[in-house]
Amino acid sequence: MRAVRGLVARPWRFAAEACALLVAVVVAFPLYWMVLGAFKPAGEIRSSEPRPWTLEPSLDSFRRVLGQQEFGRYFLNSLVVAGAVVIASGVIAFLAATAVTRFRFRFRTTLLIMFLVAQMVPVEALTIPLFFLMRDFGQLNTLGSLILPHIAFSLPFAIWMLRGFVKAVPEALEEAAYLDGASRTRFLWQILFPLVLPGLVATSVFSFISAWNDFLFAKSFIISDTSQSTLPMALLVFYEPDDPDWGGVMAGSTVMTIPVLVFFVLVQRRLVSGLGGAVKD
Amino acid sequence: MTVTDTAVVEKRTPPSTPPVRRRRSRAGRTPWLYLAPALVVLAALLAYPVYQLGLISLFRYTQAQVSGGEPTAFRGFGNYADVFSDDQFWQVLASTVVFAAACVVSTLAVGCALAVLLTRVRAVPRLALMLAAMGAWATPAVTGSTVWLFLFDPDFGPVNRLLGLGDHSWTYGRLSAFFLVLLEVVWCSFPFVMVTVYAGIRSVPSEVLEAAALDGASQWRIWRSVLAPMLRPILVVVTIQSVIWDFKVFTQIYVMTNGGGIAGQNLVLNVYAYQQAFASSQYGLGSAIGVVMLLILLAVTLVYLRLLRRQGEEL
Repeated sequence: MRAVRGLVARPWRFAAEACALLVAVVVAFPLYWMVLGAFKPAGEIRSSEPRPWTLEPSLDSFRRVLGQQEFGRYFLNSLVVAGAVVIASGVIAFLAATAVTRFRFRFRTTLLIMFLVAQMVPVEALTIPLFFLMRDFGQLNTLGSLILPHIAFSLPFAIWMLRGFVKAVPEALEEAAYLDGASRTRFLWQILFPLVLPGLVATSVFSFISAWNDFLFAKSFIISDTSQSTLPMALLVFYEPDDPDWGGVMAGSTVMTIPVLVFFVLVQRRLVSGLGGAVKD
Repeated sequence: MTVTDTAVVEKRTPPSTPPVRRRRSRAGRTPWLYLAPALVVLAALLAYPVYQLGLISLFRYTQAQVSGGEPTAFRGFGNYADVFSDDQFWQVLASTVVFAAACVVSTLAVGCALAVLLTRVRAVPRLALMLAAMGAWATPAVTGSTVWLFLFDPDFGPVNRLLGLGDHSWTYGRLSAFFLVLLEVVWCSFPFVMVTVYAGIRSVPSEVLEAAALDGASQWRIWRSVLAPMLRPILVVVTIQSVIWDFKVFTQIYVMTNGGGIAGQNLVLNVYAYQQAFASSQYGLGSAIGVVMLLILLAVTLVYLRLLRRQGEEL
């Protein structure tokens, strides 16, 4: 009986596995094509018979992109913005998540609902008032004008997601710490924080992405001082809608995608369990 | 385990009666101390701009007012009247709703199907699919947009060559341009659905699925009658998140259709508001459109909260 079922089930499993592999190839193809495009010599990129390989990989496109005025500077700016947002929103979200999971107080549920509602605010619509706000505080053309809004926009989701991780730390641990004479602050930073840190790292992927990808604020707030510009703006230099320099665009895209990819691969496992946690509670 | 937890809670405590809470240590001022930084940041950079957005939408606010050449003039709901009497607004609203709906449905269908597929295969294909999905997920919206444009480029892209379409331009026609953006949006947003739903399915006890299979239920039947109901909380979350994200699509439309397509044929609300404000310097008008968008998303969020409440979830 079991043998028969095994025989019947096997072709199905092979079909499923073939299907999964096929989908994986299709999903990965755009990324493959991006990297390939970055390495193709100019002649092959502009050929009307595109081939899915190249026999003469060249670094010309990368040279062109990296040789662009201050490209390194843009890269650094992007790193500074994303790094500042990740650290600041991580710490702030950790404190807030602790407050809403470890304490019961008035307006707690109201606050949680507010965090949820805050998530849906369309960031792009706020570009107009934020532009005036930044202008009034003299923050236009500074990296601060990119960092501050992104901290605010990544907070609600980070708090919402961190709740699961904070909740997972047993309460007995907290009581034990107090019995041993630890103060609240000591418990918070020396016990709770290290335990929640893996979750915090997973959560920070989202803050990192939103800051790293930001294109609208950079376009709207960095108007005259291009030395404060970030990567997405640099990338679009190569993208002329009528006659794009595809080699340059693909090389720039590759440079811009790799740090996020590395970050993702590093935290992948935590991310899966973190999403489970965020959804569960 | 996650799903069964909720299911048990649901059964045990009817939504109207609050669940019994464990005794907590005296809260006092501490929680507010912890919350203070978050609240300050959110108030200054989220709540205040939202308030400002509403305010600007009530004024005549153009380049002249920004540079200080003319005083700002209060015009009540004049901007809204202008917006609502503009045919283009209604057209943009309609395409936004249809486009977002198409994105959400496709993303969910692809994500759920692949999540189920993931549970049927062994480790190697699973890892391959997971890694590919992570790659798509991690790709920044700007680079994703340029790469998909390159793939579908009429002169040098592989897709036209493969399909034998010659130099057919995908961004020229209204529908084909929207379709191209949809493909990119689905590509970069299905991984979130897939990973979340997969994590959910993995937490369903295998006995339940085995029992269903022994009773002779088909794959589709198992999904519809066993998995989908058990995964409902997760499905609600991914659906609402997708609605919120896809309704706000900006970068993809902006980059792929070059700011809204030929004669604005591919505009969605978000890009439309931005163009009105920053390209035409109609800040008041742009803000009014922003407020309309905000209200629509607020309505979606309220539906979401109701659904959560009905499931008896404890916040």
